[in-house]
Amino acid sequence: MMNSNPRSRAQKRARPPNFFFLILGLAAVVIPIIAALMLYEIGNGSLSSIDAFGVSFLFSSDWIPNPPNGGPSILGALPSIYGSIVTTALALVLAVPVSLGVALFQSDLAPIKLRTPSMFMIEMLAAVPSVVYGLWALLVLVPFMRDYVNPQLKSSLGFLPLFTGPTTGLGMLTAGVILAIMIIPYGSAVMREVISAVPRSQREASIALGATNWEMIRTAVLPFARAGIIAAVVLAMGRAIGETMAVTMVIGNVARISPSLFLPAETIPSVIANEFTEVAGNDVYLSALFELALILFAIAFIMNLVGRVVINRLSFKVRGELPA
Amino acid sequence: MEACADTMMNMSNQTSKRNIRYVIIAIIIIVIIAGGFYYQTTLNMGNTTSTTSMMTEASQGPVSLLGAGATFPAPLLQKWTVQYGQLNPSVTISYNPIGSGGGIQQITQKTVDFGASDAPLNDKQLAAAPGLVLFPETLGGVAVTYNLVQFGIANTTILHFTGPVLAAIYAGNITKWNDPQIQALNPGIALPNNQIIVVHRSDGSGTTYAFTNYLSVVDSAWSTEVGYSTSVTWPVDKLATGVGSKGNAGVAGTVVNTPGAIGYVDVIYAVQNHLGVGGVQNAAGNFVAPNLQTILWAAANATGTPNPVDLRLHIVNASGAQSYPIATYTYILVYKDMSAQPNMSLDKAKALAKFLWWAIHDGQQYSTALIYVPLPQNVVAADEQLLMSLNYQGQPLVSQ
Amino acid sequence: MSFLLSHSRRRKAGNALYIILATACFFAALVPLISILYETIAHGAAALSLAFFTQVSPPIGGNGGGILNAIEGSLVMVGLASLIGVPIGVFAGAYLAEYPGKFGYYVRLLAEVLTGVPSIVTGIFIYELIVATQHRFSAFSGGVALGVMMVPIVAISTHESLKLVSSSIREGGLALGISRAKTLVYVLLSSARSGVITGIALAVARVMGETAPLLFTALGSQLMMTNINDPASSLTLLIFDFGTSPYENAHALAWGAALTLLVIVLSLSIVVRLASRLKVSGTE
Repeated sequence: MMNSNPRSRAQKRARPPNFFFLILGLAAVVIPIIAALMLYEIGNGSLSSIDAFGVSFLFSSDWIPNPPNGGPSILGALPSIYGSIVTTALALVLAVPVSLGVALFQSDLAPIKLRTPSMFMIEMLAAVPSVVYGLWALLVLVPFMRDYVNPQLKSSLGFLPLFTGPTTGLGMLTAGVILAIMIIPYGSAVMREVISAVPRSQREASIALGATNWEMIRTAVLPFARAGIIAAVVLAMGRAIGETMAVTMVIGNVARISPSLFLPAETIPSVIANEFTEVAGNDVYLSALFELALILFAIAFIMNLVGRVVINRLSFKVRGELPA
Repeated sequence: MEACADTMMNMSNQTSKRNIRYVIIAIIIIVIIAGGFYYQTTLNMGNTTSTTSMMTEASQGPVSLLGAGATFPAPLLQKWTVQYGQLNPSVTISYNPIGSGGGIQQITQKTVDFGASDAPLNDKQLAAAPGLVLFPETLGGVAVTYNLVQFGIANTTILHFTGPVLAAIYAGNITKWNDPQIQALNPGIALPNNQIIVVHRSDGSGTTYAFTNYLSVVDSAWSTEVGYSTSVTWPVDKLATGVGSKGNAGVAGTVVNTPGAIGYVDVIYAVQNHLGVGGVQNAAGNFVAPNLQTILWAAANATGTPNPVDLRLHIVNASGAQSYPIATYTYILVYKDMSAQPNMSLDKAKALAKFLWWAIHDGQQYSTALIYVPLPQNVVAADEQLLMSLNYQGQPLVSQ
Repeated sequence: MSFLLSHSRRRKAGNALYIILATACFFAALVPLISILYETIAHGAAALSLAFFTQVSPPIGGNGGGILNAIEGSLVMVGLASLIGVPIGVFAGAYLAEYPGKFGYYVRLLAEVLTGVPSIVTGIFIYELIVATQHRFSAFSGGVALGVMMVPIVAISTHESLKLVSSSIREGGLALGISRAKTLVYVLLSSARSGVITGIALAVARVMGETAPLLFTALGSQLMMTNINDPASSLTLLIFDFGTSPYENAHALAWGAALTLLVIVLSLSIVVRLASRLKVSGTE
C-alpha cells in the first residue's frame, strides 16, 4: 500500500515540531530573559551604593543627599522602608477583612442572579488606573480625611501615639486607606477563587448536619481555604508594597520615621518616583535609588513567589480530591 | 489503492503547504530582526545624514529640541517655546519642568538638548559634565507664601518675616503662627494659635537652593547645620509638620489646599494661585515684598558684574533699601561644543543657539507679565559673549 | 429545653451577624467605586469640549488647551507595546499549553511573578537599558517598557484560555494527521479565540492605565510627538502632572483626561468580557 519507507515518513512527521517548538520556545524563553535582564540592570546600578553603604543602608535613617559642608551623601533606606511597611500594614488591616467579606458575599451569600453583576462591579474597581485613584485621592479623599475623619480619630483616639500631630490629610493614614481600596478587588478575587475551590461535598456535609451558613463557612470552608486566604493576603501585600502613583500623590513625601499615622512620610516607590530624574550628577545618590529599587524588586518577587506557589499547591491538592 | 494514492498526494500536498508556512514564518522573523537593525542604525545615522546637508546656510528642516530642568522659570520658558514656535514653525521646542536637580542630571547624562537650573553648578558637578557652560536667562524672586484664609487673614495681607524667623520655622523651632517672634513682627494682626505646616520641595530644586542660600547667609546656625543645596535635610521633618511637594507647582498646590501652611515658591506661582505673599526683611532692615521693582533692585545692587568666564551670580540678601532679599538668577545649561551630545546634529545645534539668542533679546519682553525681571544690560552682554563661543566641532553657531 | 433555645438563638444571631457584616463589606467596597465614578464623571464631563480633544496641553499656569498630545502619546505607546507584547505573549502562552513540562512550569511561575513586579521597577529597568544608552527620552522606550509588562500578562491569559480547550479537540486534530503547528493555529486558537482576545484586551487596558514606567522613559511633553524617538505625553502622565499642580484649569484638564481614560479602560474591560460571555452562551 505505502511504497515510501515508514522510517522516512516518521522522520517527516518528526521534523516540523522542531520548527514549531523553536518559535514557541523562543517566545517562552523571552520571559526568563526579561527577569534576568531586569535583575542584572538593577543590581548593576546598585553596586556603587552597596559599596559605599553596605548593609547599614537598610538600617540607617538619615537621608542626606547633600550634606551642608559638601561632603559625600549619607543615605539610608529606613525611612522609606518604614513608610512602606506601615502603609502596607494599615492597608492590610483595612482590606483583608473587607476582602474576605466581599469574597464570602460573592461566593456564598449573593443570590445567583446577583453573582455575576457583583463580580463585575468589583472587577471595575480593579480596572481603574492607579493615577485616577491618585487624582481622586488627592482631590476628594484628602479633604475628606482632613475635615471629617482625622479630627474624629484625633478626638477619640488621640491618646494613642498613632493619632497625634497636625492633620493635613497628606500622610500615612490616607495612603493606607487608598492602598486598601486598591487591593480589595485583587485580594477578594483570589480569596473567592480559593473559597469556591473548596469541594461541595464538604459544604453540603456540614449543612446536612444542620449548620447555619456561618457555621458551614467557619467549619467546612475556612479551614480548607486557610492556606489560600493567607496566600491571597501575601499577594495583596506584594501588590500594595509596589503601588507607586496613588501613594506618591498623597503621602506627603518627607523622609521621616514617626509613630503618628497623620504625618507625611514616604515609601520606597514614592522616593524613586520623586527623586530618580533629579540626582544632579551624584552617582552614589542615583545608585542608592537603584538599591531601593532592588529591595523593592526582591520583596515583591518573594511575596509573589510564595503566594503563587501556595495557591498552586493548594489548587492541586483540591483538584486531587474532587471527583473526576 | 486509490485511497492510498490519494492519501500520498494529500500528504505531499500537506508537506509542501507545511513547508511554505514555515518559510513564511522564517521570512517574517528575518524581516522583524532586520527591521530592528535597520531601525537602530537609522537612529544613529539620523545625526550624520543631517550633518551633510548643513553646509548650506539655507533655512533648516524641521527640528525638535528638548529641554528640561527648573520649575522656577518654567512659566517663562514655556511661554518662550510657544512664542518662538509661532515665529519659527519648523522648530519645535519642548521644555519639561522636572526641577533643577533634574535639569543638571539630564544634561550631564546628555539625555536632553539643554538644561535649566536656578542653582549654579558646583565645581564637582561641572567636573562631572566637562564642556558644560551656564548662563542666566532671567531672574526672579522666591516668595514666602502662606494660606491663613481659614483663620481670618486674607491673602492680600502682607505678613512680615525676618530671615532668622524663617530659619527657625524651617528648623522646627517656631511651631505656631502666633509665636511671639512672629507676632512681634506683625503687631496689628491676630495670628491664629495653629501649627505651621511647613511645605518644602521633595525634589532637587534650584528654588530650594536660593531659599536655603538666603537662610544660610542670614542665620549662622542654619549655615552650619543645614547649609544650602538643591536638596537639603530639613530639620522640621524630624518633627511633625514638614511636608514635601514636587516642583514649584506642587508646593503652591499644597499651600493652597492646606490651611495654616507656609511655603517658598517663585513669586508668579503665589500670585497665580492668589496666595499670601510675605514681606521679608532685607539687609537694610526693611520688609520688602517681591515684585518686579524690588527684584530688579536686588539685581542692580548685587556685588560684582558677571565674570565672562564664570557667570554664576549670587544676588541673595542684596544691599539696597528696597531690594528683595530672596532674588535669584536662573541658568540655562548647554555644552560649549555641542557635538559632544550624541543626539545633537549641526542643524539642531544651530537652531538651539538661535533660540537662546532670541531668548536673551526678544524673549525678554515676555518676562514682566510673569513677574520675571528682564536681564540687566551688562548680563546680556556677558551672555552674548558666551553664546558666540558656542560651537559645533569648532564651527560657531551664532553670529552677531 | 431553654438551654437549647438560647443556644440556637445564639447560633442564629451569629449567622445573622455574618450575613450583615459580609454584605456590609461588599457595599462598603462599592462606595469608593461609586465616588470615583461620580467625581470623575461630574468634573470630567464639565471639561470636555471640542477644544479639549483637539488642542495640546497648555503651558504651566496657562488657560484653555486640551489633551490631544496626551491621547496621541497613549495610543502610540500602547500600540507599540501591543506589537511587542501580543505576539511574544501569545506564542509564549501557546508554548506553555503545548509543552507542559518542568521548563514550562517554571516559565509560568516566573511570568506570574513578573506580573507582580512594581511597574516603577520596569521603568527603571528600561531607563538603564534604552534611555541611558541612547541618551534620549523617547516614546519608543515608553512603548518598550509597556510591552515588557504586557508579555507575561498575555502569556498567562493565553495559556489559561488554551488550557480550557478540551483535550479531545486537540487529540482530534492530531488524529486527523494535522501537524501540531496547524492544530494550534487552526483548531486550538480558534476555539480559544475569545479567551485569548479577552486576555489581550485586558492587558491593553492595564498598560493604558500605567504611569510609573513612563516617568523615566517617555518623560512627558507639551507638544505633539512627531518622531518616536522624542519624548511623549500620555493620558496618565498628564493626569499626574496636572493633578498635582495648583491651577484650576489644570485640574479641570486632569479630570477630563481621567474621564477619557476611564471610559477607554472600562469599555475595554467590560465590552470584551460581555462579548465573550455572550459568545459562550450563544453557542451553547
